[in-house]
Amino acid sequence: MTVTDTSDKAVLLSAHERAEIDAWLARYPADQRQSALLGALRAVMHEDHYLSVPKMDAVAAYLGLPPIAVYEVASFYSMYETDERAAARHSISVCTNISCMLNGADEIVAHIENKLGIRLGESTPDRKFYLKREEECLAACCGAPMMQVNHVYYTELSPEKVDSILDGLE
Amino acid sequence: MSDELVSFEVNGQTLQARPGSMLIAATDAAGITVPRFCYHKKLSVAANCRMCLVEVEKAPKPMPACATPIMAGMKVWTNSPKARAAQKDVMEFLLINHPLDCPICDQGGECELQDLSVGFGNSSSEYVEIKRVVREKDIGPLIETAMTRCIHCTRCVRFGEEIAGMRELGATGRSQYTEIGTYVAKAVTSELSGNMIDVCPVGALTAKPSRYTARPWEMRSYDSIAPHDCVGSNIHVHTARGKVIRVVPRENEAINECWIADRDRFSYEGLQSQERLLKPQIKRDGHWKEVSWQEALDTVSGILRKQLAFNIAAFAGPSSTLEEFFLFQKLLRGLNIKNIDHRLRQVDFSDQTLTPVASGLGLSLAELEQQQAIFLIGANPRHDQPMLNHRIRKASIAGAKVLALNPRRLAFNYAAEQIVAAPLDMVTELAVLVKAALEAANQAVPNALAELLAKVEVSAGARSQVALLKAPNALILLGQMAVQHPAFSSLRSLASVLAQATGAKLGYLPEANSIAASLVGVLPHRELAGKPLAEPGLPVNAALNDKNLTTVVLMNAELDDFANPQQTLKALRTAKHVIVLAPFADAQAREYATVLLPTSTFVETSGTLINAEGLWQSFKGVVTPPGEVRPLWKVLRVLGNALNLPDFDYVETSEIAAELKLELKTVPLTAIGELPETLLVTKQEASLMQRIGDVPIYRTDALVRRAQSLQAMLSSPSVRMHGADMDRLGINTGDLVRLGQGESYVQLPAELDGAVPAGCVWVQSGTEAARALGSAFGSIMVDKG
Repeated sequence: MTVTDTSDKAVLLSAHERAEIDAWLARYPADQRQSALLGALRAVMHEDHYLSVPKMDAVAAYLGLPPIAVYEVASFYSMYETDERAAARHSISVCTNISCMLNGADEIVAHIENKLGIRLGESTPDRKFYLKREEECLAACCGAPMMQVNHVYYTELSPEKVDSILDGLE
Repeated sequence: MSDELVSFEVNGQTLQARPGSMLIAATDAAGITVPRFCYHKKLSVAANCRMCLVEVEKAPKPMPACATPIMAGMKVWTNSPKARAAQKDVMEFLLINHPLDCPICDQGGECELQDLSVGFGNSSSEYVEIKRVVREKDIGPLIETAMTRCIHCTRCVRFGEEIAGMRELGATGRSQYTEIGTYVAKAVTSELSGNMIDVCPVGALTAKPSRYTARPWEMRSYDSIAPHDCVGSNIHVHTARGKVIRVVPRENEAINECWIADRDRFSYEGLQSQERLLKPQIKRDGHWKEVSWQEALDTVSGILRKQLAFNIAAFAGPSSTLEEFFLFQKLLRGLNIKNIDHRLRQVDFSDQTLTPVASGLGLSLAELEQQQAIFLIGANPRHDQPMLNHRIRKASIAGAKVLALNPRRLAFNYAAEQIVAAPLDMVTELAVLVKAALEAANQAVPNALAELLAKVEVSAGARSQVALLKAPNALILLGQMAVQHPAFSSLRSLASVLAQATGAKLGYLPEANSIAASLVGVLPHRELAGKPLAEPGLPVNAALNDKNLTTVVLMNAELDDFANPQQTLKALRTAKHVIVLAPFADAQAREYATVLLPTSTFVETSGTLINAEGLWQSFKGVVTPPGEVRPLWKVLRVLGNALNLPDFDYVETSEIAAELKLELKTVPLTAIGELPETLLVTKQEASLMQRIGDVPIYRTDALVRRAQSLQAMLSSPSVRMHGADMDRLGINTGDLVRLGQGESYVQLPAELDGAVPAGCVWVQSGTEAARALGSAFGSIMVDKG
């Protein structure tokens, strides 16, 4: 698959993002650059908290992929946010699957909604918190109810515990 | 996969196939029906629609026939109760979200989903919930989308990636949110995009230009040949109520496989142009008057008889048929008119007597795929011959190296090593390769090349590029930008020497049906079968410049077909008589013409086209010509009779073709000609820039130029140039730039383009904006407007 010359689009990537992507690229054969795509998008998520179309195009140019191949992956995985409104420093996912639901996940969600003044799928105006609508079981049923904030799991939640976790975040 | 066949059983019938090949290919070959949506013989196996489930002995579950490799002794049932039940269930799932809008769907009547749901579906469904809706997408003027109907077979996605060579569509989202689309609002731009309409098994992708105009069962299908490039793609023309509704591919594995280019698919739109000529017309005292054919032909024969033969010039456009070309030159030669030409975009004729009579690929289209190295000189096959480019792409994917020498960097859809040089520097760049090749082969420098080769130095890069051409199957192709080059003779000579020194074959990518024109002698210096003329006429540019010119005959040719529209227009305006035999006349043509004879397009006449490999393909008329339009060959025949010329009594075009076949069968299509005494080296005028004036993909001939949807695919005219030149001239992107060639100027917006070499401007030919300009690859004055 050849791609037209779009290397100038890659300038949008920061030095840190490039370093991250290069580290991923080093793990795969030189002719399999698309293997680094998940890692590359993760690097962009870390910096921007969402994947904008120009940034996805930049990743496509950097990896030598057609842009649509990047859009497909970005829109497939729920860990990637493609909506600017989802961009916030902290992404909160409360598991609402069966075990957590039986253990009071709905109250936890209601508590966070009230505390932050936003609904599921929204972010706070100061872009500090994004309350994600989690679709899947997060595989921590033994500690239900639970939530994931960024990459950290918090289990056996109560409203008080949620307060102390969220208040402790910068 | 071994080549030995193994036996296996389908529905109790013993079949044979290569082990490891897919079951569905074997059942298809044996004529056993297996329903399918995602499987397509020319695309990779996706196995995602699950419609082709069949029962396989010892397999616990039904298996998809498209992804089940054949093993010796396996037993398969395609319509056992288990297989039928699986197919029925899959069909029910596929229909869960598919709307029941067949009555308003353009695919209705030729829909694979509709057909298979009749054969394999249930009359009712357990699913009663609301169906999902997917928002419409605008993906350009050629393809209409109704993505709610999409069943996610991904044929269009795979077509883009595997055949078109550009992945524009994709499947975004997941699960019930999956959508096929471009994700960002964007038009699909591939030159083969129309084939996605054909591969789409449902009504999600339909043809925008022909939507809602006729139902499949109202249409009649006729075989024809596409006249727009030298491939001669086989097509079906579908008509209803006496009108052409659409054009679709006719499978011919040796020519166009099962695809066609968008240009061949949508050019029919031009038939409905407002500029279509419907009645013969004569200009009297500056006013057009509709006249009878009799009067028009009397007038034309009167002019041709009265004017001195050497004051008459006659030009034919390259998409005319073999028979039209033949009768055209026969008529003119019968009147002793010598200034005859079809090479309207060519400017260098200095070695025309040294070149072969007619040149094509030198091999078959299918053999292109077997080449290991292909060197494209002044060629943009992706635009000029899209289906031929597809073969080069296949060769490239199979490992062939593609090398290209062009005046600007082109967007190939395969890996290509590109040498980009300003038009006039292309000669020196090619000379470097020739020198390297001669050195490598230990061959003496031919005298003609001595002076030029002495000036260039062989680089390491050139040596390795030449080494590529030493491959057993190497091919050098001269394209239209080479033929239209101001020093075409030099490029041709250098390419010949390069081919001889490396052992590579040499071929041409000719314009449309121009091989036929050359063979029958629509040339000033050669007549039928290339017989040289003792007293040759003038080639096109000299004939146009001739001060004594009083009369011009244009057959299927208009201003946009000439290399130098400025010079052409001046000559046509000065001429006393301009006789036009064509299907169309725009305002410009109505200004310079004095007689307009309405003649046929390719769907209204029979005729023969000769493609790049030298294959003769005859076709018949499909619709009755509109108004008083007459088949062009008949008009030429009647004119011949009116002028009392001998042997103008053909009853059918097939008679002419048969006669010509005998005459021309001994004429070989070769490419290597003789070398001139010295090479023509054109000098660049200081202070001026060089124009790169290639013809846009959809401006190649009169019919294409009038096909509205194709026109909408073209970007608006601009001046594209290198950043260094923009800085030097103080021009920013979007600024109006003044361009001058010769006497007139045009203003066009500037665009930065890194693909254009410094010192050049890319201003395409064949456009209305370019009419005021001169030579397509000539010097050009550029300044801030």
